[in-house]
Amino acid sequence: MKYMNDTVVMKRMKSRLQVNKVWKTIFIIATSVALLALIVLLVRIVTQGTGYLNWDFFNNFGSRFAEKAGIKAALVGSIYLMLVIAPVSMILGVGTAIYLEEYAKKNKFTDFIQMNISNLAGVPSIVFGLLGLTIFARMLFLGKSILAAGLTMSLLILPVIIVAAQEAIRAVPKEQREASYGMGATKWQTITRVVLPAAIPGILTGSILALSRAVGETAPLVVLGIPVILQFLPDGLLSEFTTLPLQIYDWAKRPQEEFQFVAAAGIIVLMVLLVIMNSIAIFIRNKFQKRY
Amino acid sequence: MKKWKYLTMTAVLGSALLLGACGSETESEEATNGSQTTETAAAGDAQLTGSVSGDGSSTVAPITEGLVEEYAGTQPDVKVSVGVSGTGGGFEKFIAGETDFSNASRPIKDEEKAKLDEAGIEYTEFQVAYDGLTVVVNPENDWATELTVDQLKKLWIEDGTTKKWSDIDPSWPAEEIVFYSPGTDSGTYDYFDEVILDGSDLVKSATLSEDDNVLVQGVAADKNAIGFFGFAYYLENQNKLTAVKVDGVEPTNETIESGEYTPLSRPLFVYAKNSALKDNEAFYDFMKFTLENAGEMAETVGYVKLPDAKYTEGLTALEGLK
Repeated sequence: MKYMNDTVVMKRMKSRLQVNKVWKTIFIIATSVALLALIVLLVRIVTQGTGYLNWDFFNNFGSRFAEKAGIKAALVGSIYLMLVIAPVSMILGVGTAIYLEEYAKKNKFTDFIQMNISNLAGVPSIVFGLLGLTIFARMLFLGKSILAAGLTMSLLILPVIIVAAQEAIRAVPKEQREASYGMGATKWQTITRVVLPAAIPGILTGSILALSRAVGETAPLVVLGIPVILQFLPDGLLSEFTTLPLQIYDWAKRPQEEFQFVAAAGIIVLMVLLVIMNSIAIFIRNKFQKRY
Repeated sequence: MKKWKYLTMTAVLGSALLLGACGSETESEEATNGSQTTETAAAGDAQLTGSVSGDGSSTVAPITEGLVEEYAGTQPDVKVSVGVSGTGGGFEKFIAGETDFSNASRPIKDEEKAKLDEAGIEYTEFQVAYDGLTVVVNPENDWATELTVDQLKKLWIEDGTTKKWSDIDPSWPAEEIVFYSPGTDSGTYDYFDEVILDGSDLVKSATLSEDDNVLVQGVAADKNAIGFFGFAYYLENQNKLTAVKVDGVEPTNETIESGEYTPLSRPLFVYAKNSALKDNEAFYDFMKFTLENAGEMAETVGYVKLPDAKYTEGLTALEGLK
């Protein structure tokens, strides 16, 4: 009995290889389009912006002269904003995730909450801006403060953090929990000493990535009416402020061509900030992942 | 495991302390701000403290930015913050009572007036500069360098047809016109709507953008394009664009200031809240600074200053509101 008919196999081989080749080319093109766009963008921004990156750029406030325009207020404002968003969104987000994964009973109501959280992650950021304007800025009289903007942004990234934290908690092996219960530990002891330590790399990675999104976000801030033109640094959480994306947008709209270069310099600063944040996320993940 | 617990504890405690510290700092500082303002008010011309907030037109923004920058040099403790939400967006915040002043590149609308009345906000209108709304075409366009207001209407008003240059004047090329216009939330659009469109719809094929640089690039790249925006954007891009003479008058500093360039030259406004002028020494001082320096600042950022008498008029009005 003949298992393989060489001639038939060889006849079909050529076309099969051809199809394989075609798909390979398509995927390579797909990858290179994204990569190429990124490279063009980076090269353009770096060549335009580096000329304006100097000490003065970090130490000056905005100006009507491109040479004197600086990013001080925006950079400090963005950092302040992060200081509000990080604790608020992480405490609320991880808390919700622990409740949903460890305490909540699996019933229709929990499913309903779960579904809504996933849906919220897809709501456009401008909607969160309107929510923040109504609740934080107007009803709670927080106005255009860092606190109002920070709380709005926290709401925006909360769903992402909850989902990431849930995934991380769910990934902790069941055996570990059961071993802990077997030793007589309570639920809370198990969560704090077994589940969270194992889940922390995933939680932190997800949170920092979400935080990066919040730092780069503009739309909700525009709705809140966060100012762009100011010559002072925030002196507390109720102070007015401005942020990097708003400042960059404002510069990019100016009639003078030099301001396009200033905007490019601002983009470099924002990108470096995001790269640093993402590196921290990777660092934490690698460091804590060796636990078991 | 202990290590992790330690880490979370420090993180939580650290952020809590930080939040707490920041919070109390503002409160105490605000308290001192209040008392200082009253003291300095009594002392007269001394250093002021306090805060001033505004919002509004992106057209007026460069002037305001210059003023805020210079003002910070004379009164470093007054915190002036200005947003750039557009004329309409600015009035929305002004009506909500969130700002002390609102920049506008068109006069206030009746419905905005009504809402301010309803909110019990009294305001005063100040003119700070002129802008010549400039109609531009591509430099390669050598036919439509001079247009009448009627031709502008014919060009920009939607009439259900696809417009060709030859529709306006048979001697012009039979090619489709490409339109670029500022976004509908801008005062520039509103002003054009008022003087040219007169309530009719803008051509549907027009590309609208809130970013005037997009319009500049669009017109500079297409031989059959036409667009309009503030004079400052034309000044910065003179080598890429041709300004259209309207009824035979070219937009220049002189023709805009003298009022010869009509109907497209327009005043730029600052609307100030009367109660804030009265109660907030810092705001009064900032508005005074604005009216004293707006003309000079307007020229440096590409607009046209008003006749000196207009600024004096504004200052007198301001004094009456103190």
